[in-house]
Amino acid sequence: MLESFLQNVINALQWGSFYALIALGYTLVYGVLTLINFAHGDVFMVGAYIAFFISTFFLTTLGLPGWVALALCIPLTMILTSLVGVTLERIAYRPLRKKGAHRLYVVITALMCGLILEHANLAILGASRKAFPPLIEVQVYNIGGVTFTNLKIAVIVTAFLVFLFLQWVVTRTRVGMAMRAISYDNFAVPLMGIPLDQIIVVTFILGSGFAGLAGLLFAMSYPVLEPYMGALIGWKAFIAAVVGGIGDIRGAFLGGFLLGAVEIMVVAFFPSTFRDLISFTVLLAILTWKPTGLFGIAKTTKI
Amino acid sequence: MVFMLRRYSIHLILALAGGAIVYSADQEYLGLYTLSVLMFMGVNVILSTSLNLVNGYMGEFSCGHAGFMAVGAYVSSLLGVWLFAKDRVFGVPLLDPGYALYAFPVLILIGGVAAALAGLLVAVPSYKTRGDYLAIITIAANYIIISAIENIGAIGGSRGFMGMKRLVNSMEDVVDLPWMPIWVIIFTILSVWVIRRYVSSTFGKGVSAICQDEVAAEIMSVNTNKIKTVTFMLSSGIAGIAGGLFAYILGYVNPGSFNILKSTEVLVMVYLGGMGSLSGSILSAILFTILLELLRPLQIIKWIVIPLLLIILMQFRPEGIMGNRELGDLFPRLKKLYRFK
Repeated sequence: MLESFLQNVINALQWGSFYALIALGYTLVYGVLTLINFAHGDVFMVGAYIAFFISTFFLTTLGLPGWVALALCIPLTMILTSLVGVTLERIAYRPLRKKGAHRLYVVITALMCGLILEHANLAILGASRKAFPPLIEVQVYNIGGVTFTNLKIAVIVTAFLVFLFLQWVVTRTRVGMAMRAISYDNFAVPLMGIPLDQIIVVTFILGSGFAGLAGLLFAMSYPVLEPYMGALIGWKAFIAAVVGGIGDIRGAFLGGFLLGAVEIMVVAFFPSTFRDLISFTVLLAILTWKPTGLFGIAKTTKI
Repeated sequence: MVFMLRRYSIHLILALAGGAIVYSADQEYLGLYTLSVLMFMGVNVILSTSLNLVNGYMGEFSCGHAGFMAVGAYVSSLLGVWLFAKDRVFGVPLLDPGYALYAFPVLILIGGVAAALAGLLVAVPSYKTRGDYLAIITIAANYIIISAIENIGAIGGSRGFMGMKRLVNSMEDVVDLPWMPIWVIIFTILSVWVIRRYVSSTFGKGVSAICQDEVAAEIMSVNTNKIKTVTFMLSSGIAGIAGGLFAYILGYVNPGSFNILKSTEVLVMVYLGGMGSLSGSILSAILFTILLELLRPLQIIKWIVIPLLLIILMQFRPEGIMGNRELGDLFPRLKKLYRFK
């Protein structure tokens, strides 16, 4: 009983790590721009595909050993994916922001960007699924009946490291201070000499880069790629971010793990088709009980 | 004479257009394909106007409209098949299929009522939750509804449910008219009329007060909870009616066709037409349906072209086709010719 519980905890931590990594990107962008970047799930998908192409290139064309390919793949994937994110910001969101359009229009634009990414992928690469090449040898450890792989541990550790890094960036660095300032008041901040656009670009680089990392890790853990893989995970990660209290790094992280835990536990004790039903009902209950999420602070409104 | 014309011009136009469609459907001038496109146009008009009530007039961001549509579709089709058609699941019909014709509007309305009750799933949390958090609740509601339907094996689960065509056929056996187009036209006009009446009523004033400033509205003695409940329930109820019609047009429902993509489609129609503009919503629903059909030969590229068009629209005319104005505001001279209440 304890073993199966611990097993489920490890699975939940791994599954939650993906949600947490993607939710961090949502929450960063939201914190700065109050924009729900609905294309983020698809940026994650693009990240997984970029990782696929890079790693097949290194493994088969250049014939590099797996760990070298992985070591090159991580930074390259992150850089290329963050380029995708920044491109979206530059082409689609910034012109709207300059015009002072209502933020809902930006949200719709983000939704449409996500659709374009999905279907462009489908049109260019076809509907067939891609198998991700194994980059590292998966080793299975067994301690007291609880089995885990080196990959699972790597995913969980990465999620924690990324969280600590982002928390450090947001609370301890000048860029992070600027981000918090923008989220506090985006009208006065440019007057104080803070370059608004540059900070926003940095935010998108951070969010999309880690979405790319999540894509790589996801592809390594579940080596089947399809164009729609980002959509559902993206929506769910967004929900996780909101349950944690959107705009707060800790909230996104915790929300991601919470959602992962609920989903894994539901699958462990109920038929797996109940997963969405029960996990979303739990989330609905949490939001009804705490309307601004776990870490969210209710803002005072001036009339 | 002019006065009479002004008063009844809308009625006249609608009656003529509806009559023309029904007549040409009856004489088979219109192919089945054209007819089904026209019917989906009607369904889309209902959907976009009803979502406009929440997203445009009340200023909330609901992105789970398809969930309520699913409730309406399933309730009305299950009830209809149970009562009036022979089916694998329910066996022999309980009532004489000849009555189906008279019961059909009741079935659709019951579907609407069920969807309105499902709307409580969003309405109750909306008392305390606002903005993006409410958006999440609507998404979650959509997922919950879809997932619940998928898990009820008796009604087909994710395989879907069919048998509604028999009911449509038995309607046509009683009186030989193309009944589905007739009902779609009637319900489209009815729901647009209801929404129009609602937004111009005292409640409607409260709705736009909530849109502009919820706290201030509450201080000015607007009962915001009551208005939110009624608006959410009305919006989702009308979406349920659209769902019922959708189910009977297709003759087949499955939970997959009411997913978040469908909700996105409806959202697109609302924002294309302009928030808070009924005529904009109607226009954009019609345009969007035609666009979807015109681009059908492009297959998968269609879903690149349409979002691209929308992004371009958002860049150059972010308020949509009509902004928050009605047809009469754009062309003041038209106001002399009609009166629509």
